Amino acid sequence: MNPDDRRYTKEHEWVKVEGDGKARIGITAYAVEELGDVVYFELPNAGESVSQAQKFGEVESVKAVSDLFAPVSGEILEVNPELSNRPEAVNEDPWEKGWLLVVRLQDDAELGGTMSAQEYSDLTST
Amino acid sequence: MNAPLKRTPLFASHEALGARLVPFAGWEMPIQYQGILAEARAVRSASGIFDVSHMGRFFLQGSAATALLEWVVTNGVSDLEPGRARYTLLCNEAGGILDDAIFYRLEENQYLLVANAANTQTIWNWLQHWTRRFGEVEMADRTNETAMIACQGPDASGFLETLLGADVAPRPFRFAQVDIGGAPVMVARTGYTGEDGFEAILDAEQAVGLWARLLGLGAVPCGLGARDVLRLEAGLPLHGNDIDTETNPVEAGLERFVRWDKDFCGAEALRRAKEEGPRRLLAGFRVDGRNIPRPGYDIQNIDGRRVGTATSGGYSPSLDTNIGLGYVDPALATPDTTLVIDIRGRSIEAQVVALPFYSRRRMKP
Repeated sequence: MNPDDRRYTKEHEWVKVEGDGKARIGITAYAVEELGDVVYFELPNAGESVSQAQKFGEVESVKAVSDLFAPVSGEILEVNPELSNRPEAVNEDPWEKGWLLVVRLQDDAELGGTMSAQEYSDLTST
Repeated sequence: MNAPLKRTPLFASHEALGARLVPFAGWEMPIQYQGILAEARAVRSASGIFDVSHMGRFFLQGSAATALLEWVVTNGVSDLEPGRARYTLLCNEAGGILDDAIFYRLEENQYLLVANAANTQTIWNWLQHWTRRFGEVEMADRTNETAMIACQGPDASGFLETLLGADVAPRPFRFAQVDIGGAPVMVARTGYTGEDGFEAILDAEQAVGLWARLLGLGAVPCGLGARDVLRLEAGLPLHGNDIDTETNPVEAGLERFVRWDKDFCGAEALRRAKEEGPRRLLAGFRVDGRNIPRPGYDIQNIDGRRVGTATSGGYSPSLDTNIGLGYVDPALATPDTTLVIDIRGRSIEAQVVALPFYSRRRMKP
Protein backbone atom coordinates (compact mmCIF):
# COMPACT_ATOMS: atom_id res chain seq x y z
CA MET A 1 0.00 0.00 0.00
CA ASN A 2 1.18 3.49 -0.83
CA PRO A 3 0.87 5.76 2.25
CA ASP A 4 -1.54 8.65 1.64
CA ASP A 5 0.50 11.09 3.75
CA ARG A 6 2.66 11.93 0.73
CA ARG A 7 2.68 12.67 -3.01
CA TYR A 8 4.05 10.60 -5.88
CA THR A 9 5.62 10.94 -9.32
CA LYS A 10 5.48 8.75 -12.39
CA GLU A 11 9.21 8.14 -11.93
CA HIS A 12 8.30 6.34 -8.70
CA GLU A 13 9.59 8.88 -6.20
CA TRP A 14 7.59 10.05 -3.20
CA VAL A 15 7.67 13.41 -1.43
CA LYS A 16 6.33 14.02 2.05
CA VAL A 17 5.84 17.59 3.30
CA GLU A 18 6.91 17.69 6.93
CA GLY A 19 6.29 21.27 8.02
CA ASP A 20 8.81 24.11 8.41
CA GLY A 21 8.90 24.11 4.60
CA LYS A 22 10.74 20.81 4.59
CA ALA A 23 10.02 17.87 2.33
CA ARG A 24 11.35 14.35 2.59
CA ILE A 25 12.05 12.43 -0.64
CA GLY A 26 12.30 8.72 -1.32
CA ILE A 27 11.50 6.00 -3.82
CA THR A 28 8.38 3.89 -3.70
CA ALA A 29 7.92 0.26 -2.73
CA TYR A 30 6.97 -0.39 -6.35
CA ALA A 31 10.30 1.05 -7.52
CA VAL A 32 12.20 -0.99 -4.96
CA GLU A 33 10.38 -4.14 -6.00
CA GLU A 34 11.32 -3.47 -9.62
CA LEU A 35 14.94 -2.71 -8.75
CA GLY A 36 15.54 -5.73 -6.56
CA ASP A 37 18.58 -5.68 -4.27
CA VAL A 38 19.94 -2.13 -4.07
CA VAL A 39 23.70 -1.96 -3.62
CA TYR A 40 24.57 1.70 -4.11
CA PHE A 41 23.06 5.18 -4.13
CA GLU A 42 24.87 7.98 -5.89
CA LEU A 43 23.39 11.03 -4.13
CA PRO A 44 24.23 14.75 -4.05
CA ASN A 45 25.42 16.47 -0.86
CA ALA A 46 23.61 18.65 1.62
CA GLY A 47 23.81 22.27 0.48
CA GLU A 48 23.33 21.39 -3.17
CA SER A 49 19.98 21.82 -4.87
CA VAL A 50 17.61 19.61 -6.79
CA SER A 51 15.11 20.68 -9.46
CA GLN A 52 11.73 19.15 -10.05
CA ALA A 53 11.76 16.40 -12.70
CA GLN A 54 15.54 16.69 -13.05
CA LYS A 55 17.95 13.84 -12.37
CA PHE A 56 19.62 14.19 -8.98
CA GLY A 57 21.29 10.82 -8.54
CA GLU A 58 21.46 7.16 -9.42
CA VAL A 59 20.52 3.93 -7.78
CA GLU A 60 22.49 0.78 -8.58
CA SER A 61 20.77 -2.52 -7.99
CA VAL A 62 22.17 -5.95 -8.74
CA LYS A 63 20.03 -5.97 -11.87
CA ALA A 64 20.40 -2.46 -13.28
CA VAL A 65 21.20 1.19 -12.74
CA SER A 66 18.40 3.76 -12.67
CA ASP A 67 18.29 7.54 -12.53
CA LEU A 68 16.62 9.33 -9.64
CA PHE A 69 14.39 12.31 -10.44
CA ALA A 70 13.45 15.01 -7.97
CA PRO A 71 9.72 15.20 -7.23
CA VAL A 72 10.13 18.87 -6.11
CA SER A 73 12.78 21.59 -6.25
CA GLY A 74 14.79 22.82 -3.30
CA GLU A 75 18.02 23.00 -1.40
CA ILE A 76 19.17 19.74 0.15
CA LEU A 77 19.16 19.91 3.96
CA GLU A 78 19.90 16.28 4.76
CA VAL A 79 21.02 13.13 2.97
CA ASN A 80 20.11 9.83 4.62
CA PRO A 81 23.42 8.80 6.24
CA GLU A 82 22.37 5.17 6.58
CA LEU A 83 22.26 4.61 2.83
CA SER A 84 26.00 5.02 2.31
CA ASN A 85 26.69 1.97 4.47
CA ARG A 86 23.43 0.10 4.18
CA PRO A 87 21.76 0.89 0.85
CA GLU A 88 19.64 -2.20 1.42
CA ALA A 89 17.69 -0.17 4.01
CA VAL A 90 15.61 0.96 1.05
CA ASN A 91 14.67 -2.64 0.29
CA GLU A 92 13.68 -3.19 3.90
CA ASP A 93 11.68 0.00 4.31
CA PRO A 94 11.33 2.43 1.39
CA TRP A 95 8.74 4.57 3.21
CA GLU A 96 10.53 5.43 6.46
CA LYS A 97 14.06 4.13 7.07
CA GLY A 98 15.00 4.21 3.39
CA TRP A 99 14.36 7.92 2.67
CA LEU A 100 16.90 9.65 0.43
CA LEU A 101 16.85 13.41 0.97
CA VAL A 102 15.25 16.19 2.98
CA VAL A 103 14.95 19.41 0.98
CA ARG A 104 13.73 22.92 1.70
CA LEU A 105 10.62 23.07 -0.43
CA GLN A 106 11.13 25.89 -2.91
CA ASP A 107 7.63 26.17 -4.34
CA ASP A 108 4.50 24.55 -2.85
CA ALA A 109 2.81 24.88 -6.22
CA GLU A 110 5.08 22.16 -7.60
CA LEU A 111 3.15 19.61 -5.54
CA GLY A 112 0.24 20.18 -7.89
CA GLY A 113 2.22 18.35 -10.56
CA THR A 114 2.50 15.22 -8.41
CA MET A 115 0.05 12.39 -7.80
CA SER A 116 -2.01 11.30 -4.85
CA ALA A 117 -1.49 7.84 -3.36
CA GLN A 118 -4.65 6.67 -5.15
CA GLU A 119 -3.52 8.06 -8.50
CA TYR A 120 -0.12 6.46 -8.06
CA SER A 121 -1.66 3.13 -7.11
CA ASP A 122 -3.78 3.28 -10.27
CA LEU A 123 -0.66 4.01 -12.33
CA THR A 124 1.32 1.09 -10.94
CA SER A 125 -1.47 -1.46 -10.97
CA THR A 126 -2.07 -1.23 -14.72
CA MET B 1 9.13 -14.01 -32.53
CA ASN B 2 6.08 -13.59 -30.32
CA ALA B 3 5.53 -17.26 -29.67
CA PRO B 4 4.08 -17.93 -26.22
CA LEU B 5 6.72 -18.44 -23.55
CA LYS B 6 7.47 -22.02 -22.62
CA ARG B 7 7.13 -23.17 -19.04
CA THR B 8 9.22 -25.77 -17.28
CA PRO B 9 7.64 -28.64 -15.31
CA LEU B 10 8.43 -26.61 -12.17
CA PHE B 11 6.48 -23.52 -13.20
CA ALA B 12 3.72 -23.99 -10.62
CA SER B 13 6.33 -24.54 -7.89
CA HIS B 14 7.96 -21.23 -8.78
CA GLU B 15 4.64 -19.42 -8.65
CA ALA B 16 3.81 -21.00 -5.29
CA LEU B 17 7.16 -19.76 -3.95
CA GLY B 18 6.39 -16.22 -5.07
CA ALA B 19 9.08 -16.11 -7.73
CA ARG B 20 9.43 -13.15 -10.02
CA LEU B 21 9.08 -14.70 -13.48
CA VAL B 22 10.63 -13.15 -16.56
CA PRO B 23 11.03 -14.10 -20.21
CA PHE B 24 14.38 -15.75 -20.85
CA ALA B 25 15.39 -17.38 -24.14
CA GLY B 26 11.77 -18.18 -24.93
CA TRP B 27 10.98 -19.50 -21.46
CA GLU B 28 9.16 -17.98 -18.51
CA MET B 29 11.80 -18.38 -15.81
CA PRO B 30 12.26 -17.30 -12.18
CA ILE B 31 14.80 -14.49 -11.95
CA GLN B 32 14.51 -14.36 -8.17
CA TYR B 33 12.47 -15.51 -5.19
CA GLN B 34 13.45 -13.70 -1.97
CA GLY B 35 16.21 -11.65 -3.60
CA ILE B 36 19.27 -12.17 -5.76
CA LEU B 37 21.89 -11.42 -3.10
CA ALA B 38 20.29 -13.53 -0.37
CA GLU B 39 20.04 -16.42 -2.82
CA ALA B 40 23.65 -16.06 -3.96
CA ARG B 41 24.82 -15.98 -0.35
CA ALA B 42 22.77 -19.08 0.45
CA VAL B 43 24.60 -20.99 -2.28
CA ARG B 44 28.00 -19.91 -0.94
CA SER B 45 27.19 -20.68 2.69
CA ALA B 46 24.66 -23.53 2.53
CA SER B 47 22.83 -24.56 -0.63
CA GLY B 48 20.50 -23.41 -3.35
CA ILE B 49 18.44 -25.07 -6.05
CA PHE B 50 17.93 -23.78 -9.56
CA ASP B 51 15.47 -24.84 -12.20
CA VAL B 52 17.65 -25.18 -15.29
CA SER B 53 15.12 -27.17 -17.28
CA HIS B 54 15.24 -24.52 -20.00
CA MET B 55 18.69 -25.71 -21.07
CA GLY B 56 18.75 -27.91 -24.17
CA ARG B 57 19.19 -31.65 -23.57
CA PHE B 58 20.19 -33.56 -26.67
CA PHE B 59 20.79 -37.30 -26.65
CA LEU B 60 23.03 -38.69 -29.38
CA GLN B 61 23.64 -42.32 -30.12
CA GLY B 62 25.00 -44.49 -32.88
CA SER B 63 28.24 -45.80 -34.22
CA ALA B 64 29.22 -42.34 -35.51
CA ALA B 65 28.21 -40.42 -32.36
CA THR B 66 31.78 -40.16 -31.10
CA ALA B 67 33.12 -39.02 -34.46
CA LEU B 68 30.35 -36.42 -34.80
CA LEU B 69 30.94 -35.00 -31.33
CA GLU B 70 34.69 -35.08 -31.78
CA TRP B 71 34.17 -32.85 -34.84
CA VAL B 72 31.72 -30.35 -33.31
CA VAL B 73 33.31 -29.85 -29.87
CA THR B 74 36.75 -28.44 -29.11
CA ASN B 75 37.46 -30.67 -26.11
CA GLY B 76 38.37 -34.35 -26.32
CA VAL B 77 35.63 -36.94 -26.67
CA SER B 78 37.20 -40.33 -27.48
CA ASP B 79 39.29 -40.38 -24.31
CA LEU B 80 36.34 -39.59 -22.03
CA GLU B 81 35.23 -42.67 -20.15
CA PRO B 82 31.52 -43.51 -19.97
CA GLY B 83 30.15 -42.07 -16.73
CA ARG B 84 32.13 -38.87 -17.08
CA ALA B 85 31.29 -35.38 -18.26
CA ARG B 86 33.32 -32.59 -19.82
CA TYR B 87 32.95 -28.87 -20.41
CA THR B 88 33.56 -27.81 -23.98
CA LEU B 89 33.07 -25.15 -26.60
CA LEU B 90 31.42 -25.58 -29.98
CA CYS B 91 32.89 -23.40 -32.72
CA ASN B 92 31.94 -22.50 -36.25
CA GLU B 93 34.40 -22.82 -39.14
CA ALA B 94 35.80 -19.38 -38.36
CA GLY B 95 36.56 -20.43 -34.80
CA GLY B 96 33.76 -18.27 -33.36
CA ILE B 97 32.04 -19.73 -30.32
CA LEU B 98 28.56 -21.07 -31.11
CA ASP B 99 27.99 -22.21 -27.54
CA ASP B 100 29.62 -23.66 -24.48
CA ALA B 101 28.20 -26.91 -23.20
CA ILE B 102 28.73 -29.94 -21.05
CA PHE B 103 28.63 -33.36 -22.66
CA TYR B 104 28.16 -36.61 -20.80
CA ARG B 105 29.31 -39.96 -22.13
CA LEU B 106 26.44 -42.26 -21.21
CA GLU B 107 27.68 -45.38 -23.00
CA GLU B 108 30.38 -46.15 -25.52
CA ASN B 109 28.25 -44.73 -28.35
CA GLN B 110 25.76 -42.65 -26.42
CA TYR B 111 26.03 -39.06 -25.24
CA LEU B 112 24.04 -36.27 -23.67
CA LEU B 113 24.89 -32.69 -24.63
CA VAL B 114 23.48 -29.86 -22.51
CA ALA B 115 23.40 -26.56 -24.38
CA ASN B 116 22.47 -23.04 -23.33
CA ALA B 117 18.76 -22.28 -23.63
CA ALA B 118 19.34 -19.37 -25.99
CA ASN B 119 21.38 -21.59 -28.33
CA THR B 120 19.24 -24.71 -28.27
CA GLN B 121 17.95 -24.32 -31.82
CA THR B 122 21.35 -23.27 -33.21
CA ILE B 123 23.09 -26.25 -31.70
CA TRP B 124 20.37 -28.69 -32.71
CA ASN B 125 20.59 -27.45 -36.31
CA TRP B 126 24.38 -27.54 -36.16
CA LEU B 127 24.40 -31.16 -35.00
CA GLN B 128 21.83 -32.09 -37.64
CA HIS B 129 23.94 -30.40 -40.29
CA TRP B 130 27.05 -32.41 -39.44
CA THR B 131 25.13 -35.63 -38.88
CA ARG B 132 24.70 -35.77 -42.65
CA ARG B 133 28.44 -35.98 -43.03
CA PHE B 134 29.10 -38.46 -40.26
CA GLY B 135 25.98 -40.59 -40.62
CA GLU B 136 24.70 -43.22 -38.17
CA VAL B 137 23.82 -40.85 -35.37
CA GLU B 138 20.37 -40.79 -33.87
CA MET B 139 19.51 -37.54 -32.18
CA ALA B 140 16.74 -36.87 -29.70
CA ASP B 141 15.82 -33.53 -28.18
CA ARG B 142 14.49 -34.41 -24.71
CA THR B 143 14.41 -30.86 -23.40
CA ASN B 144 10.62 -30.81 -23.05
CA GLU B 145 10.06 -34.28 -21.66
CA THR B 146 12.72 -33.97 -18.96
CA ALA B 147 13.56 -31.47 -16.24
CA MET B 148 16.91 -30.38 -14.86
CA ILE B 149 17.53 -29.15 -11.32
CA ALA B 150 20.88 -27.81 -10.14
CA CYS B 151 21.62 -28.07 -6.43
CA GLN B 152 24.72 -26.09 -5.50
CA GLY B 153 26.57 -25.19 -2.34
CA PRO B 154 28.49 -26.80 0.53
CA ASP B 155 25.36 -28.61 1.78
CA ALA B 156 24.64 -30.23 -1.58
CA SER B 157 26.87 -33.27 -1.06
CA GLY B 158 25.10 -34.03 2.22
CA PHE B 159 21.75 -33.87 0.41
CA LEU B 160 23.05 -36.33 -2.15
CA GLU B 161 23.98 -38.81 0.56
CA THR B 162 20.55 -38.42 2.12
CA LEU B 163 18.76 -38.83 -1.21
CA LEU B 164 20.81 -41.64 -2.65
CA GLY B 165 20.85 -44.00 0.30
CA ALA B 166 22.79 -47.02 -0.91
CA ASP B 167 23.69 -45.37 -4.21
CA VAL B 168 27.05 -43.70 -4.20
CA ALA B 169 27.31 -40.00 -5.01
CA PRO B 170 29.36 -39.35 -8.14
CA ARG B 171 32.62 -37.44 -7.87
CA PRO B 172 33.20 -34.14 -9.73
CA PHE B 173 32.51 -34.29 -13.48
CA ARG B 174 31.14 -37.79 -13.11
CA PHE B 175 27.53 -38.86 -13.12
CA ALA B 176 25.41 -41.80 -12.14
CA GLN B 177 21.96 -43.17 -12.94
CA VAL B 178 20.30 -43.43 -9.55
CA ASP B 179 16.97 -43.92 -7.92
CA ILE B 180 15.53 -41.10 -5.82
CA GLY B 181 12.26 -41.99 -4.15
CA GLY B 182 11.39 -44.43 -6.93
CA ALA B 183 12.22 -42.02 -9.75
CA PRO B 184 15.11 -42.71 -12.10
CA VAL B 185 17.45 -39.71 -12.02
CA MET B 186 20.70 -38.94 -13.74
CA VAL B 187 22.83 -37.17 -11.15
CA ALA B 188 25.94 -35.34 -12.32
CA ARG B 189 28.50 -33.65 -10.11
CA THR B 190 28.54 -30.50 -12.26
CA GLY B 191 27.35 -26.92 -11.97
CA TYR B 192 27.78 -23.28 -12.91
CA THR B 193 28.33 -21.53 -9.59
CA GLY B 194 31.87 -22.31 -8.46
CA GLU B 195 30.52 -24.42 -5.61
CA ASP B 196 30.36 -28.15 -5.15
CA GLY B 197 26.99 -29.53 -6.09
CA PHE B 198 25.06 -31.63 -8.52
CA GLU B 199 22.67 -31.38 -11.42
CA ALA B 200 19.78 -33.81 -11.68
CA ILE B 201 18.06 -34.71 -14.94
CA LEU B 202 14.80 -36.60 -14.64
CA ASP B 203 11.41 -37.16 -16.25
CA ALA B 204 9.30 -34.03 -16.31
CA GLU B 205 6.59 -35.63 -14.14
CA GLN B 206 9.09 -36.35 -11.38
CA ALA B 207 10.51 -32.83 -11.20
CA VAL B 208 8.08 -31.33 -8.70
CA GLY B 209 8.74 -34.21 -6.29
CA LEU B 210 12.52 -33.81 -6.32
CA TRP B 211 12.27 -30.01 -6.10
CA ALA B 212 10.01 -30.32 -3.03
CA ARG B 213 12.31 -32.92 -1.52
CA LEU B 214 15.33 -30.61 -1.85
CA LEU B 215 13.37 -27.68 -0.42
CA GLY B 216 12.45 -29.94 2.49
CA LEU B 217 16.12 -30.65 3.10
CA GLY B 218 16.73 -26.91 3.40
CA ALA B 219 17.85 -25.90 -0.09
CA VAL B 220 17.04 -22.29 -0.91
CA PRO B 221 15.23 -21.72 -4.23
CA CYS B 222 17.42 -19.55 -6.47
CA GLY B 223 16.67 -17.78 -9.71
CA LEU B 224 18.61 -16.82 -12.78
CA GLY B 225 19.73 -13.58 -11.11
CA ALA B 226 21.69 -15.42 -8.43
CA ARG B 227 23.00 -17.85 -11.03
CA ASP B 228 24.48 -14.95 -12.98
CA VAL B 229 26.09 -13.43 -9.86
CA LEU B 230 27.60 -16.78 -8.88
CA ARG B 231 28.94 -17.71 -12.30
CA LEU B 232 30.56 -14.28 -12.64
CA GLU B 233 32.25 -14.63 -9.23
CA ALA B 234 33.49 -18.04 -10.36
CA GLY B 235 34.87 -16.44 -13.54
CA LEU B 236 32.70 -18.61 -15.77
CA PRO B 237 31.86 -17.00 -19.11
CA LEU B 238 28.26 -16.53 -20.17
CA HIS B 239 27.54 -17.20 -23.83
CA GLY B 240 25.87 -14.15 -25.33
CA ASN B 241 27.83 -11.86 -22.98
CA ASP B 242 31.46 -12.90 -22.67
CA ILE B 243 31.68 -15.33 -25.55
CA ASP B 244 29.81 -15.49 -28.84
CA THR B 245 30.42 -16.18 -32.53
CA GLU B 246 32.53 -13.00 -32.72
CA THR B 247 34.97 -14.27 -30.08
CA ASN B 248 37.17 -17.35 -30.09
CA PRO B 249 38.45 -19.65 -27.32
CA VAL B 250 41.99 -18.25 -27.58
CA GLU B 251 41.01 -14.68 -26.79
CA ALA B 252 38.40 -15.85 -24.27
CA GLY B 253 41.13 -17.60 -22.27
CA LEU B 254 39.46 -20.98 -22.76
CA GLU B 255 42.28 -22.80 -24.54
CA ARG B 256 42.39 -25.44 -21.84
CA PHE B 257 39.12 -26.73 -23.32
CA VAL B 258 40.61 -26.98 -26.81
CA ARG B 259 42.39 -30.12 -27.99
CA TRP B 260 44.96 -28.86 -30.43
CA ASP B 261 46.02 -32.41 -31.31
CA LYS B 262 42.72 -33.32 -32.97
CA ASP B 263 40.75 -32.15 -35.98
CA PHE B 264 37.51 -30.31 -35.21
CA CYS B 265 35.30 -27.67 -36.73
CA GLY B 266 37.07 -24.33 -36.43
CA ALA B 267 40.47 -25.88 -35.66
CA GLU B 268 42.15 -24.40 -38.69
CA ALA B 269 40.97 -20.88 -37.93
CA LEU B 270 41.86 -21.25 -34.26
CA ARG B 271 45.36 -22.50 -35.02
CA ARG B 272 45.85 -19.45 -37.16
CA ALA B 273 44.47 -17.20 -34.42
CA LYS B 274 46.82 -18.77 -31.90
CA GLU B 275 49.79 -18.43 -34.20
CA GLU B 276 49.09 -14.78 -34.94
CA GLY B 277 48.45 -14.16 -31.27
CA PRO B 278 45.16 -12.81 -29.94
CA ARG B 279 44.24 -9.21 -30.74
CA ARG B 280 42.45 -8.99 -27.40
CA LEU B 281 42.01 -11.07 -24.27
CA LEU B 282 39.19 -11.58 -21.85
CA ALA B 283 40.27 -10.15 -18.51
CA GLY B 284 38.68 -10.07 -15.09
CA PHE B 285 38.74 -6.78 -13.25
CA ARG B 286 37.79 -5.42 -9.87
CA VAL B 287 36.45 -1.88 -9.67
CA ASP B 288 37.43 0.70 -7.11
CA GLY B 289 34.41 2.34 -5.58
CA ARG B 290 30.81 1.43 -5.67
CA ASN B 291 29.69 2.12 -9.20
CA ILE B 292 28.91 -1.11 -10.96
CA PRO B 293 30.49 -1.92 -14.32
CA ARG B 294 27.94 -3.37 -16.72
CA PRO B 295 28.08 -5.07 -20.12
CA GLY B 296 28.78 -2.64 -22.96
CA TYR B 297 30.72 -0.08 -20.94
CA ASP B 298 33.95 1.12 -22.52
CA ILE B 299 37.26 0.06 -20.99
CA GLN B 300 40.15 2.54 -21.30
CA ASN B 301 43.80 2.55 -20.38
CA ILE B 302 45.02 5.03 -17.79
CA ASP B 303 45.56 7.63 -20.51
CA GLY B 304 41.89 7.48 -21.42
CA ARG B 305 42.34 5.61 -24.71
CA ARG B 306 39.63 3.03 -25.38
CA VAL B 307 41.11 -0.47 -25.15
CA GLY B 308 38.05 -2.68 -24.94
CA THR B 309 34.52 -3.34 -23.76
CA ALA B 310 33.06 -4.86 -20.63
CA THR B 311 31.04 -8.00 -21.36
CA SER B 312 29.81 -8.80 -17.84
CA GLY B 313 29.78 -6.91 -14.58
CA GLY B 314 28.11 -6.75 -11.25
CA TYR B 315 28.27 -6.59 -7.53
CA SER B 316 29.97 -9.57 -5.91
CA PRO B 317 28.37 -10.38 -2.54
CA SER B 318 31.12 -12.90 -1.73
CA LEU B 319 33.88 -10.33 -2.19
CA ASP B 320 31.78 -7.25 -1.36
CA THR B 321 33.20 -5.45 -4.36
CA ASN B 322 32.25 -4.78 -7.95
CA ILE B 323 33.71 -7.05 -10.60
CA GLY B 324 33.56 -7.49 -14.34
CA LEU B 325 34.85 -9.24 -17.40
CA GLY B 326 35.85 -7.60 -20.64
CA TYR B 327 38.05 -7.83 -23.68
CA VAL B 328 41.15 -5.64 -23.64
CA ASP B 329 44.45 -5.28 -25.52
CA PRO B 330 46.53 -8.35 -24.61
CA ALA B 331 49.21 -6.13 -23.05
CA LEU B 332 46.64 -4.88 -20.53
CA ALA B 333 45.22 -8.27 -19.54
CA THR B 334 47.87 -9.05 -16.93
CA PRO B 335 46.87 -9.00 -13.26
CA ASP B 336 47.52 -5.72 -11.41
CA THR B 337 47.21 -3.65 -14.59
CA THR B 338 45.16 -0.52 -13.97
CA LEU B 339 42.24 0.03 -16.32
CA VAL B 340 39.60 2.72 -16.41
CA ILE B 341 35.95 1.86 -16.87
CA ASP B 342 33.71 4.52 -18.37
CA ILE B 343 30.71 4.18 -16.08
CA ARG B 344 28.17 6.48 -17.73
CA GLY B 345 30.68 9.25 -18.25
CA ARG B 346 32.58 8.76 -15.00
CA SER B 347 36.10 7.37 -15.25
CA ILE B 348 36.37 4.69 -12.59
CA GLU B 349 39.65 2.86 -12.00
CA ALA B 350 39.75 -0.93 -12.10
CA GLN B 351 42.48 -3.48 -11.47
CA VAL B 352 42.93 -6.58 -13.58
CA VAL B 353 42.77 -9.68 -11.36
CA ALA B 354 43.40 -13.36 -12.03
CA LEU B 355 40.29 -15.47 -12.55
CA PRO B 356 38.33 -16.82 -10.84
CA PHE B 357 37.34 -13.89 -8.64
CA TYR B 358 36.01 -16.39 -6.14
CA SER B 359 37.24 -19.90 -5.47
CA ARG B 360 35.73 -22.01 -2.71
CA ARG B 361 39.11 -23.65 -2.11
CA ARG B 362 40.82 -20.30 -1.67
CA MET B 363 38.05 -18.71 0.40
CA LYS B 364 37.15 -21.65 2.61
CA PRO B 365 40.25 -23.58 3.63
